[in-house]
Amino acid sequence: MAARIEVKHVHRRFGNKTVLHDISMDVGESEIFGLLGPSGSGKTTLVKLIAGMDRPSSGTVVVEGVQMPRLDMLGRIGYMAQSDALYLELTARENLAFFASLFGLAGKEKRLRMEEVMSLVNLTDAMNRLVSAYSGGMKRRLSLAIALLHRPKVLLLDEPTVGIDPVLRMSIWRELRAMCQDGTTIVVTTHVMDEAEKCDRLGMIRDGRLIATGTPADLKRDTEASTIEEAFLAYGGVRA
Amino acid sequence: MRIVAVMNRIWRQFLHDKRTLALMLIAPLLILTLVALVFNGNTYKPKIGTVHLPDPIVQSLATTNVKLYAYDSTANALDAMKKQRIDAYIALSDGRPEIMLEGSDPTINKAVLLDMQSLSQEISGESQSLRPIVKYLYGSPTMTSFDSFGPVLIGFFAFFFVFLVSGISFLKERTTGTLERLLATPIRRWEIVTGYVGGFGVFTMVQAILIAWYSVDVLGMMMVGQMLSLLVVTLLLSMTALTLGIFLSSFATSEFQMMQFIPLVIVPQVFFSGLFNIDTMATWLRWLSKVMPLYYGADAMRNIMVRGEDLGAIWLDLVVLLGFSAAFVLLNVLTLRKYRKV
Ligand SMILES: Nc1ncnc2c1ncn2[C@@H]1O[C@H](COP(=O)(O)OP(=O)(O)OP(=O)(O)O)[C@@H](O)[C@H]1O
Ligand SMILES: [Mg+2]
Repeated sequence: MAARIEVKHVHRRFGNKTVLHDISMDVGESEIFGLLGPSGSGKTTLVKLIAGMDRPSSGTVVVEGVQMPRLDMLGRIGYMAQSDALYLELTARENLAFFASLFGLAGKEKRLRMEEVMSLVNLTDAMNRLVSAYSGGMKRRLSLAIALLHRPKVLLLDEPTVGIDPVLRMSIWRELRAMCQDGTTIVVTTHVMDEAEKCDRLGMIRDGRLIATGTPADLKRDTEASTIEEAFLAYGGVRA
Repeated sequence: MRIVAVMNRIWRQFLHDKRTLALMLIAPLLILTLVALVFNGNTYKPKIGTVHLPDPIVQSLATTNVKLYAYDSTANALDAMKKQRIDAYIALSDGRPEIMLEGSDPTINKAVLLDMQSLSQEISGESQSLRPIVKYLYGSPTMTSFDSFGPVLIGFFAFFFVFLVSGISFLKERTTGTLERLLATPIRRWEIVTGYVGGFGVFTMVQAILIAWYSVDVLGMMMVGQMLSLLVVTLLLSMTALTLGIFLSSFATSEFQMMQFIPLVIVPQVFFSGLFNIDTMATWLRWLSKVMPLYYGADAMRNIMVRGEDLGAIWLDLVVLLGFSAAFVLLNVLTLRKYRKV
């Protein structure tokens, strides 16, 4: 299986502070890869490197065989930032239309795709409302919808389900799984352990180091833990 | 295509934000109206050319509050006046002193006439035959101070409001994370900047038309030049303000910090734009005015509105303003590198 995302010996330093230490990992086609780690461990930094918005201090990030960062790859990647970057003074429709145009969608296709992603995140009824009148969870869902607009083959989601209720979260995960089966590579960061269980493979990050990778089952078996949480603590040198 | 998307988005944001729209369009009119109502003049030492005047007249002229320059023909004096080296010249026409006023600044007109009045009384008593004939190169005796600095105000408002609104909206784009989101799409950095310039350009155009129309047709500001030339200058000035605003916004972390640029960047320009006479300033200060966009904008406006010049006569101002805009656009594209490396 060819790797869609290859991260090789990546370091990222901000000034003299090293935020990522020698990260190497691969994510294949049709795979959901979860990045699990405490706050400040470097998840967002890593995702931005894969998204091509930042350049590693050393090491390489290769997506679909192309070394990042590359401008033309940005159109093939769907990125959902950790903070909702939305134009609050515009309606959801205007936000979608704007980003759709940036991704080169136009005409009927654009309109259709906008309807599709909005129904995917269950926001069809709120399409014409101002985003400033949205709740936190609604904004999160709109951000996700925008990331899906151009049917990216690589989807990078930075804590996509924060503030989303369990029922909707389940339906979003169902969609992610369906997209994954259609050949989309998905990387999600999360703090939520039950979400981690749903990933095909997990990477555990602590203090900028990838301390373990493997399927949730592997990780639990290797540490003789009954939950992912325990496994994570075990890898970090803490026995529950 | 992407540029159009950015422009379209900016228009929609404006249409949703009625207050900002009102600020850009109505506020300048309001302030112009107030200024038209309250303005008072100030004093100045007129520069006067003399053409073959009898020595006694020149000597007594020298005792008044003026600077004298001698010319050997009225043609030369007129030429100097057109180049704004002198404010007026006096020549003898059939034995009678004839005063030619440059005329574009009423305060100067008054100062010159006042000096001449005392002078003619001194040399001729009440003799009617020597009462000088007064002519104007530009302007007229009915021109008010408002007519004279109105053009500067038009330039100032175009500059100020566009600077503020564009700067803050780009700042917001940065602080709310939408800029980063934008840069996660395949948009090029220059496309963002061009989109902003285009998007704001349209509003700037509307603003320019509104201000110019209101000043001339409602407030009755003097306007001898072409409206189209005025709009071209306003637009160029606004472009400079727009690109400067976006550029400076990258050095601000909040709206409040953006406001702090007003005393630093905007206010000094007002002093050098011709509201106050820069000829009375120190030389190095006068040089400072040469790096201020508003100086060129105001100069061009005044030439059009008061002196009736066309675009050809003010090409240098236009080129300089274009140069400022181009330089700021380039700087903006470069600063955006900070947020995305490609
Ligand atoms: N531009 C930057 N300059 C300096 N330090 C930074 C920068 N970006 C991130 N960091 C630092 O890198 C570390 C990792 O940050 P990152 O945002 O990747 O964490 P995270 O795992 O996403 O955390 P969270 O779960 O809270 O989102 C933090 O200590 C942060 O302070
Ligand atoms: Mg993060």
